[in-house]
Amino acid sequence: MAEQSTERLDPADARPERLRVFLVDDHAMFRAGVRAELGAHVEVVGEASTVAEAVTRIAAVGPDVVLLDVHMPDGGGRAVLEAMRRTHPQVKFLALSVSDAAEDVIGLIRAGARGYVTKTISPDELAAAIRRVADGDAVFSPRLAGFVLDAFAARPDAPVADPELDQLTNREREVLRLLARGYAYKEIAKELFISIKTVETHVSNVLRKLQMSNRYELSRWAADRRLV
Amino acid sequence: MTPPARLYRAPEHRMAAGVAAGIADHLGISVLRVRVAFMVLLGLSGLGLLLYAAFWAVVPLRPGNTAVPPRRDVAQLLPFVGIGLGVLLIQVMVFDSVGAAGTAGWLVAIIAVGAGVIWHQSAPERRRQWGDTMPVPWLGAVVEESDRRAFVLRFIGGGVLVAVGIIGVAAVYSPAQNFDAVINGVIFALVGLAGVGVVAAPVLWRTYSQLRSEREGRIREQERAELAAMVHDQVLHTLALIQRNAGDVKTVQRLARGQERSLRNWLYKPTASPSERFAAALEQAAAEVEDTFAISVETVVVGDRETDEKVGALVAAAREALVNAARHAGVQTVSLYAEVEPDQVSVFVRDRGKGFDPDTVEDHRHGVRGSIIGRMKRHGGRAEIRSGPGEGTEVRLILPISRDSSAAERNR
Repeated sequence: MAEQSTERLDPADARPERLRVFLVDDHAMFRAGVRAELGAHVEVVGEASTVAEAVTRIAAVGPDVVLLDVHMPDGGGRAVLEAMRRTHPQVKFLALSVSDAAEDVIGLIRAGARGYVTKTISPDELAAAIRRVADGDAVFSPRLAGFVLDAFAARPDAPVADPELDQLTNREREVLRLLARGYAYKEIAKELFISIKTVETHVSNVLRKLQMSNRYELSRWAADRRLV
Repeated sequence: MTPPARLYRAPEHRMAAGVAAGIADHLGISVLRVRVAFMVLLGLSGLGLLLYAAFWAVVPLRPGNTAVPPRRDVAQLLPFVGIGLGVLLIQVMVFDSVGAAGTAGWLVAIIAVGAGVIWHQSAPERRRQWGDTMPVPWLGAVVEESDRRAFVLRFIGGGVLVAVGIIGVAAVYSPAQNFDAVINGVIFALVGLAGVGVVAAPVLWRTYSQLRSEREGRIREQERAELAAMVHDQVLHTLALIQRNAGDVKTVQRLARGQERSLRNWLYKPTASPSERFAAALEQAAAEVEDTFAISVETVVVGDRETDEKVGALVAAAREALVNAARHAGVQTVSLYAEVEPDQVSVFVRDRGKGFDPDTVEDHRHGVRGSIIGRMKRHGGRAEIRSGPGEGTEVRLILPISRDSSAAERNR
C-alpha cells in the first residue's frame, strides 16, 4: 500500500540549494535505483549498506536527510538512529521500508525518525517527503496516523502516569483522524477552520509525544499488539 | 542460534575415563586443577571417587572421534564398581558398624554394579547406528532396546534389583520391629525403586531427548514447507501471469497488488475470520474491490469489534461506496478509514476523483440511495455523502452502537 500523503502537499520546489541526502540500505540495487530516481531533486552525498558503515559515514558526511532502511541484518535502521540521534541531532531521518507493519513504523518513529514511507512510493512523492522532513516537518501517511490513533486509543479505565506527555489533545486526535481519512494538510485546515501552519504544528506535536511517551504507554502499546 | 555446549568425556588425553579432561575442556580450565579437585574431594568420605564414578557413568564419550572404542569395554564397568564401593564406604561410616547395616551396604554395592551393567547394555554407539538407519529416529531407540541380548540382560538385572529390594524389606522387617528395621526397610524399598529407575532411566531419557530434537527439526521443516508452498502457489503463479501479461499494465498492476497484499498479510498480520471480526470483514471487502477494479484501496482500520447484523450492513455499505468510487471517480487510489469507538463505528470512503453533485442524483440510481443511505437507515445508522464536481467524494457512514453491547465487547 503506497504512502500517498506527500503528493497532496504544496511542492516547495523553489529552494535555492539542493538537499544533501544519504542512503542506508543493504540492497545495492535499491540504492542505485533511489540514487537514479532522486538525482534530479536532491544531491545524494553517500551510501551505506551496514549499520556500522552508516554510523561512521553519516558522521563524516553530515547530510541533511538520511533515508533509512528498517530491516538490515545487523540491527537495522533503529540501531543507526539510536547511535546517531544524540551526537548528530541536526541530521533528519526518514525511514524508507518495504514493511508497513505497525511495530516497524511506530518503533522507528519512537527511535526518532521524522517520517516513514514505504518503498512503493513514487520518486516525486519521495522527493517531497525528503523536503518536508528537511524542513523539520513530519511525514505522516494515513496508515501511520491510523497506527497512532490505535496506539493512543482512548481507554477510559486505564490509568495514565503522565497525562500531559502521553495523551493526545482532542484537536490533535481530530487532525490525525482527518489524516487517516486521506485528507491533505490543506483540506484539514479548511475542514477545521485553522491554518495549515497550525495543522503542521499539531502533527509535529503528535510526533514529539510519540517519541517521548513514557515506558508505561510503550509497554501497554506493545502488549496490546501482542509484541511482548 | 548455537546449540548449548554439552559436557562430554574427552577420549584423547584421559588417565582413567576422561572425566577430568572432559570437565576441564567444558569449563575451559586446566586438567590439573580438575584432578586436584577430585583428589581433595576424595578426602571427604571418598566423595571424589563417587563423583568421578557418577560422571563416568552418566556423561557420554565425545562423539565423532575416529578411535572407536571396543564394543563391550569391560573398563566401562569400573565406575559402577566405584559407586558400589563408595556407597559401601559411606554406609560403614554412617552406621558405624559391619552388622546388619554392613550387609545392607554390600547389597547396595552389588546393586550399583548391577545397575552399571544394565546401564551399559544400552550401548550408545550402537543405538546411534540404528537410529541413523531408521526413518523415525526414536523408533530406532525403541527397536534397539528390544535387541534380544540387551533386553534380556536389562530385564534380568532389573528383576534382580527389584527382588533384592523386596527380600531386603522382608528380611529386615520380620525379625525385629524396632526403629532401625523400619529405616532399613525404607532403604531397601528405595533400592528396589532405584533398580526399576535404573532399568528405565536411560531409555526414557534418550527417547525423550531424541523426541525433542526430532520435534524441533520437524517444526522447522514444517515452517519451511509452508513458506515454500506459499511461494509456489502464489508468488510463482503470479510472476508467471505477470510475464504472460507483460504488455497489459492494468492486469500487471492488479496481479502485483493482490500478491503484495497477500504476502503482507501472511508476513505481518494476525489472521481473523472476516465473518467474525469487523476489521477483517472490511479489509476483505477492500481487497475484493481492489482485485475487481484494479485500483488500490488505502485501508486504515482503528480498533476492532465483533460483527453482528448491523455491522455487517455497515461493511456492505462501505463496500458499495468503494465500488462506486472505483467505478465512477476515475482514480487509482481510494482511501478507506474506519474507527471503532465505544459508542459508534464510523467508516469513511474518500476519493479525489471527478465528484458529482449529490442533489442531481436521479431517483432511479439505486447504488447510492438504496445500497448506502437506505441500508444505513434501516440499521439505525446514517450516511452522508459530500461531493462536488472536481472535488472528489467522501462517503461517511456512522453506526451508533448501544452501550451494552460495546461494554460486553470490551469486557470480553
